[in-house]
Amino acid sequence: MSGSERSSAGIPLPGADASADGDSAGNARDSVFAAVGWALARDIRVALRSKGELGVQLLFYVIVVSLFPLATSPSREVLATIGPGVLWTAALLASLLSLSRLFASDFHDGTLEQIALSPRPLMALVSGKIAAHWLTAGLPVALMAPLLGVQYALDAPVLGTLMVSLVLGTPILSLLGAVGAALTLGARGGGSLLALLVLPLYAPVLIFGAGAVDAARAGVSAMPQLSLLGAGLLLALVAVPFAVTAALRIALD
Amino acid sequence: MTSCADGVDAQGLAARRGYATLFANLRFAASAGCALTVTGPNGSGKTTLLRIVAGLTAPVEGEIRWQGHPMRPFDLRMRGSVAFNGHLPALKDELSAEENLRAWIALDDRSPVDDAVGEALDAVALARQRRLPIRVLSQGQRRRIALARLRLVRRPLWVLDEPLTALDAEGVDALGALLDAHLAGGGVCIAASHQALPIARERVRSLALSAP
Amino acid sequence: MLINWFRFSSPVSFYPVAGSWSYAFGATAALLAGAGLVVALYIAPTDATQGDAYRIIFIHVPAAWMAMLIYLVMAGWSAFALGFNTRLSAMMAQALAPTGALMAAIALWTGAFWGRPTWGTYWAWDARMTSTLILLFLYLGVVALRAAIEDPRRADRACAVLALVGAVNVPIIYFSVQWWNTLHQGSSISLTGAPKMAMTMLAGILIMTAAAWCYTIAVVLARVQAIIVERERGAGWLESLIDLRAAR
Repeated sequence: MSGSERSSAGIPLPGADASADGDSAGNARDSVFAAVGWALARDIRVALRSKGELGVQLLFYVIVVSLFPLATSPSREVLATIGPGVLWTAALLASLLSLSRLFASDFHDGTLEQIALSPRPLMALVSGKIAAHWLTAGLPVALMAPLLGVQYALDAPVLGTLMVSLVLGTPILSLLGAVGAALTLGARGGGSLLALLVLPLYAPVLIFGAGAVDAARAGVSAMPQLSLLGAGLLLALVAVPFAVTAALRIALD
Repeated sequence: MTSCADGVDAQGLAARRGYATLFANLRFAASAGCALTVTGPNGSGKTTLLRIVAGLTAPVEGEIRWQGHPMRPFDLRMRGSVAFNGHLPALKDELSAEENLRAWIALDDRSPVDDAVGEALDAVALARQRRLPIRVLSQGQRRRIALARLRLVRRPLWVLDEPLTALDAEGVDALGALLDAHLAGGGVCIAASHQALPIARERVRSLALSAP
Repeated sequence: MLINWFRFSSPVSFYPVAGSWSYAFGATAALLAGAGLVVALYIAPTDATQGDAYRIIFIHVPAAWMAMLIYLVMAGWSAFALGFNTRLSAMMAQALAPTGALMAAIALWTGAFWGRPTWGTYWAWDARMTSTLILLFLYLGVVALRAAIEDPRRADRACAVLALVGAVNVPIIYFSVQWWNTLHQGSSISLTGAPKMAMTMLAGILIMTAAAWCYTIAVVLARVQAIIVERERGAGWLESLIDLRAAR
């Protein structure tokens, strides 16, 4: 990949016109940021062009959350008890629903192959895609949840903790979900298979996320749970793109 | 066929799909300025062979070399050298032709020169449709945009899977012009095609795969 | 020792080995299980608090341990399969998953029957049972993914990635479920409290664990043979092997 290579008749090879020497670490860093930025911008633009689909996924969250009181009881005590769990579990299900547009549409129209074949680092491109997914799926749910929490007789400090826990937790859901989405590309079984693979991995996030809100409800500090969520997020940020890249290359085989 | 230091060279390639062996002990070479047409009945492994050359799949046995260097799947040098046009036109339905092409240029780490996108679409007679979302374009128009991409993202090795599908006479001419320019500039092209490629006979060699 | 193993690393050479070892381990498993059951049913004393109902732990505890252990071994083979790209490692991982799922299911089932007479409920959300349940889901996920992907090599590698991702998550899951359980159970009776171990009880559990291990190895080797036959069909060596057998 050195700049001094040439083809036999002058077709420019990639990298031949980029600076060959000096600051290669800086170049690599720029390349990673540029790749993340490319994937982020493109995926957000595509998602915004299908705003209807985004709206439907958010509406799914609202509907599921609204169903539980019908199934249990409208009494404030019951609702306040199940509220954190319901709001968090519905967030998990909404995340599952939205994962199908992370890689599947690119896989089916051939753009994923082109992305994998580009000389940009695939891990960076994948990270950009997952970030775009979180911004268009997870973050809206996290912002919507406090509004729905009012339905569950949860008061303001609890709602604040709810939002923080979801803001920390939904990126983890996007990251872990990306692993499942990449592994099930082109496999039979569709969404149910994805749910089977991903929901067990989601369990710790659910435990600590809902646990944080429960702690806030009891008037105790939720910092332990939130710190664990934060630590989980950092771990996932580091480890997941690697696994997803491997899974994507396997799927494109 | 001797190994060539300036093109694709393959030795002893074998591929399977599922439990069936598609081909074994395959050998071919394509040097700069020449095109290799892969022919064969349906199911003989043409697409698999092209995907192996492009670096998407690993062969079960054998070795592919590009410019003398052996290549593994997703090899970085290969990724920077190959342009792969598969069955699918690789365009996002929600974006317009122009946005799609700009994205591919940006992915290639360049910024578009002047109105390169406009010129490329002009060359395939789709200048008027540049702002329309891909969703409303026909299959043939999408294949022509894929050709425009070949022109914009300049790579020395072209791997094309049935490039003539859905192209009308105008599109076939555009493909011919593109191929001529590419080969004249020292590029290599490996294409699977049922029909003959629209370029001069002398430049084309043929590789026939038999039924598995 | 290391050089020796690589000689068996191709399905061709491993096939006959798998067969003979499978029988050997199966016989050993039967003997150990017999001894273990004698200890479990006759030699181990009746427990003061739980009566004779506790004896089911002689199946429950080995099954739970094996469920955990098999996942680690499966993850190990998956790492080999991805790292060295060997077919046999992937086949071993494929063979282990169903047995792991079975062990987890047995642990859950016997745990329920232990809970009922002892604490009055078939299912209580205690930490170990919940973790075992999630482990069962992880196993079923690997099996389901294998079934959902057509191409066998692609399925090998996808399941290997899934097994490794699961393996990294298993300690996190165990920890989080443990935390969740202590928070909510508080000071109530720990449902996983085994009776204070007399030496004979411990011996019985260890014998049964060894039996479960031998059973696992026997079954997995037999399954690997079946997988090898299925995957390598069309390769000449298999037909010649069958011809040899028929001629004898």
